[in-house]
Amino acid sequence: MKFRVERDVLAEAVAWAARSLPARPPVPVLAGLLLTAEENRLSLSGFDYEVSARVEAEADVEEAGTVLVSGRLLADISRALPNRPVEISTDGVRVSVVCGSSRFTLPTLPVDEYPALPQMPTATGTVSGEVFAAAVSQVAVAAGRDDTLPVLTGVRVEIEDDRITLAATDRYRFAVRELLWKPEQPGLSAVALVPAKTLLDTARSLGSGDVVSIALASGKEGGGEGLIGFEGAGRRTTTRLLEGEFPKFRSLFPTEFSAVATIVTAPFVEAVKRVSLVAERNTPVRLGFEQGVLTLEAGSGDDAQATERIDADLEGDDISIAFNPAYLLEGLSAIDSPVAQLSFTTSTKPALLSGRPSVDAEADEAYKYLIMPVRLSG
Amino acid sequence: MRSLPTILHLDMDAFFASVEQAAKPSLRGRPVVVGGLGGRGVVATASYEARRFGVHSAMAMAHARRLCPNAAYLVPRFELYRQVSETVMGLLRRLSPLVEPLSLDEAFVDLEAGPYGEVLAGAAPAAGADLVRALGEDLRADIAAATGLTGSVGLASCKLLAKIASEEAKPDGLVLVGPGTERAVLAPMPARALPGVGPATAETLRRAGLTTVGDVAAAAEPELVRLLGRAHGGSLHAMALGLDDRPVVAERDAKSVSVEDTFEVDLVERDRIVREVDRLAARCVRRLRGAGRSGRTVVVKVRRFDFSTLTRSETLRAPTDDLSVIAETARRLVEQVDVTGGVRLLGVGVSGLADFTQEDLFAQAAQRPGEDAAGQAQGGDAAHGDAAYGGPGQPRAFHPGRSAAPDGAAAGGADGSDDGDDGDGGAPAARRWMPGYDVHHADFGPGWVQGSGVGRVTVRFETPDSPPGRVRTFRVDDPGLRPAPPVPLVASDGTAGVAASGGGD
Repeated sequence: MKFRVERDVLAEAVAWAARSLPARPPVPVLAGLLLTAEENRLSLSGFDYEVSARVEAEADVEEAGTVLVSGRLLADISRALPNRPVEISTDGVRVSVVCGSSRFTLPTLPVDEYPALPQMPTATGTVSGEVFAAAVSQVAVAAGRDDTLPVLTGVRVEIEDDRITLAATDRYRFAVRELLWKPEQPGLSAVALVPAKTLLDTARSLGSGDVVSIALASGKEGGGEGLIGFEGAGRRTTTRLLEGEFPKFRSLFPTEFSAVATIVTAPFVEAVKRVSLVAERNTPVRLGFEQGVLTLEAGSGDDAQATERIDADLEGDDISIAFNPAYLLEGLSAIDSPVAQLSFTTSTKPALLSGRPSVDAEADEAYKYLIMPVRLSG
Repeated sequence: MRSLPTILHLDMDAFFASVEQAAKPSLRGRPVVVGGLGGRGVVATASYEARRFGVHSAMAMAHARRLCPNAAYLVPRFELYRQVSETVMGLLRRLSPLVEPLSLDEAFVDLEAGPYGEVLAGAAPAAGADLVRALGEDLRADIAAATGLTGSVGLASCKLLAKIASEEAKPDGLVLVGPGTERAVLAPMPARALPGVGPATAETLRRAGLTTVGDVAAAAEPELVRLLGRAHGGSLHAMALGLDDRPVVAERDAKSVSVEDTFEVDLVERDRIVREVDRLAARCVRRLRGAGRSGRTVVVKVRRFDFSTLTRSETLRAPTDDLSVIAETARRLVEQVDVTGGVRLLGVGVSGLADFTQEDLFAQAAQRPGEDAAGQAQGGDAAHGDAAYGGPGQPRAFHPGRSAAPDGAAAGGADGSDDGDDGDGGAPAARRWMPGYDVHHADFGPGWVQGSGVGRVTVRFETPDSPPGRVRTFRVDDPGLRPAPPVPLVASDGTAGVAASGGGD
């Protein structure tokens, strides 16, 4: 095998493909990055049994072939090389990397022991990379981060014809986003539970591309072979799905409210950040909504206290409610709108946060962030 | 420093053993040892008669048996001790709202904060000391009347001296340390008498030539700081001089809320263990809510058949007082423990306390239809109060033979209030009669188990106000014999107290 490739192209491709390599590989070959050169294309793949990543780049291939080298080492080397064409060739059981006047020889790993990368599922469709990245980050913020309930560390992806619903919860808040996509065949219906962290990484790294295609095994239950694949801008990644029953969520979202408040987002965020300076360890921030004004308070008893008043429009009954400031701030950031709308039923029931493009506009129905209040005892 | 000895320290004399002697006339004047009787049991309390043989608390039970083979060896009846303790603490609270219990049988009282505070404030030193002494003697008499037990009282101007004084007063006495005499009282005592001086510190001091409190007081403070470090050395120097400004604190801020049960017959079945965990979680949550608190970390404690004790904890992302969340977490934690071989003790606790609760979407949603479905499983447990189970620092409730009775009903002698709980019971097992426990026989009335073995149980039939009773032996499965709640120490015509605080039927 022998090929030449631009240093920047190589560095970017190696860096991306090496992301999914395990820090402590269960078998030595999984520390490797598989380089395949053929017909002016170079492809690099990494796999850790959960996530596979494959990227293609243009290269000047002199002799086709396949080789497996330490991904971490190759990533470090390609990042450090001078900005000159890089020539990579095999020499018996070693690989040499030559760039300008620097030369590296690396040992290879046995290619025939490398596991076959999972196949992309067949049922596919496409969505704008930018829209997909934004939607995923809006939802992943609510996913659980500890492993006590693995099912909550995932984002549920529901596909129903031309509509995708993303949902995640850590049992204290629940984020749901709907978006449209272009399925290859009509009437597609599929469900998957994707690890939130991986999905977020993937969506971000594919967000620069115009179009992301999503491939999901069809069928309502379980998701077939338990894989979801994403592809865009020459990059392709598959992720093993989480197992388990994601909580039913549609009935959790209240539909009738006793009060609806609208607040300009930026000053609201600033005020929450300020008063929660005294809310140690995420003790609650208390919100009192009255006609035209919102009073924020944090801290109690002998501890430091803070209070601030900002403008807010309220339709319905006055209400006092308390939230974990981190959950509130994450929600306000996720709605990504100039105006925030908070809808309440009572101070112990979940409140619904959504965004509005302007004070007078209707709330954006595509994204909803349900947040559970904090109950103050005594 | 106070000008009057208005800090009172009460220490009941050989408390557990004295309660047993009061309850069992045949044991009066005889050595009695209360503690764990199992292979690894230790002495909780030895009566003064047993102490003459060298038996003392925290000694291995096997060692005690060698020193004093003729003593009566009994397992503790915490339920009764708690009732008696409540009576005593109630008497202390009549003296002042500032009562700081250190254990079931020991407490500090700040007399200045009580109804006599004003009189004391205006009194001359001599008259004041007389009044304080009279209060102490009245208290001892009241305790004797209400419980039939004796306690020793120390009175001084600070906690350190009050405690030393009550130690001096033992048994059944009162010692008052007059203000100004503190240093003279302390000086001849061994350095070990000071709080915070254990074997290690005492040895450090001894090597520096400081054996008595007087030596320590005479040493320069920088020398002690050099020997023991800043915090320890500094405070020790002040203590040695009799300078102790620690206030009497009525209620310490709890750091955790926990409940636990020891099972006389080890639990083996998973289902049953999970059921007990649910029950404990429910009790824990009631205590938590009763205190208006919530908590972040759920702790499960498991002591296995071989006494290996494991704790597993999980910190939630936010504090909660929700039963379903806490019970679910506790169940998940207990699942992680290997319980093959059996479990003798289970505990459920909550720490990381806060005064707010992050509500949980699913818990709330799950409750909406059946409102507190998880509470249903708790059966009759909700019916009785939690006071009986004591605070975090107090000894555990002992539930003997909960699953042991053939009919599955609670067999707890010390825990009659649990009757009817867990009626579905576990597998029928042989009834075990623990020495000291209360029983009732259809023909002979109330008595207590003196011993059992080879299919027989020996019962002595007597009550606190009867003369020493007779002994009879039955088969362990005698149909007339059943566990019973403890008989109050002082009959109900006496002062209010033990008899009123429940457990009887």
